[in-house]
Amino acid sequence: MSLVRIQKDDFSVTDEIGRVKASSKSIGGIVAFLGTGRDISKGAEIVRLDFEYYPGMAEKKLNEIRERALQNFNIIEMGIFHRVGKIGIGENIVLIIAAAQHRNDAFTACEWAISELKRITPIWKKEITKKGEVWVEEHP
Amino acid sequence: METINITVRFFAMLKGRVGRGEITLTIPENISLGKLKEILKGQFPSIADLIDKKNIMFSVNQEFATNNTIIKEGDEVALLPPFSGG
Repeated sequence: MSLVRIQKDDFSVTDEIGRVKASSKSIGGIVAFLGTGRDISKGAEIVRLDFEYYPGMAEKKLNEIRERALQNFNIIEMGIFHRVGKIGIGENIVLIIAAAQHRNDAFTACEWAISELKRITPIWKKEITKKGEVWVEEHP
Repeated sequence: METINITVRFFAMLKGRVGRGEITLTIPENISLGKLKEILKGQFPSIADLIDKKNIMFSVNQEFATNNTIIKEGDEVALLPPFSGG
């Protein structure tokens, strides 16, 4: 399975970290960012999230992010996984795994990758609250 | 005047306003994305106010595009509202 995926189903954090870890015996540190569905936004109680994406372009951008991370940071491997469709409160949304010889490079690459994902990947989040539905437009 | 056919895709909030995610449009050949925006404003009054907003990006064939990008036969143009993945 690819280390860059967009999928409706949940992913296993343990399995994906295991796959990244298995890519090299030189790995000495792994940093994972896991984004999850929270129940509150601007004071409104969220019931559910709906993620829409641009099939083809979104995968292309995530692959670009992984390639650039491998080029520009001193990391050994990176995995990027994003779910779409209906996602409940507390469920997994996004997982980024950065593996390096040393922890500092893994932390830096992981933080860069999630910021870049939010900036250039055509994925949209709709919050379904008890007061109505709203497409989210900004990144806190 | 020669014409070409293109696909225009709408996502998220724009899809909601237009009422559909994809349309085929016949436009004059050799026009830029900037000119296409003017055509789209006329064809889709429900999103005319959003098309010039800086935070609405455009892609052509799944790559980010500027107003100078020339639109060709068969191109897929997409209107991309502010991203909110992650």
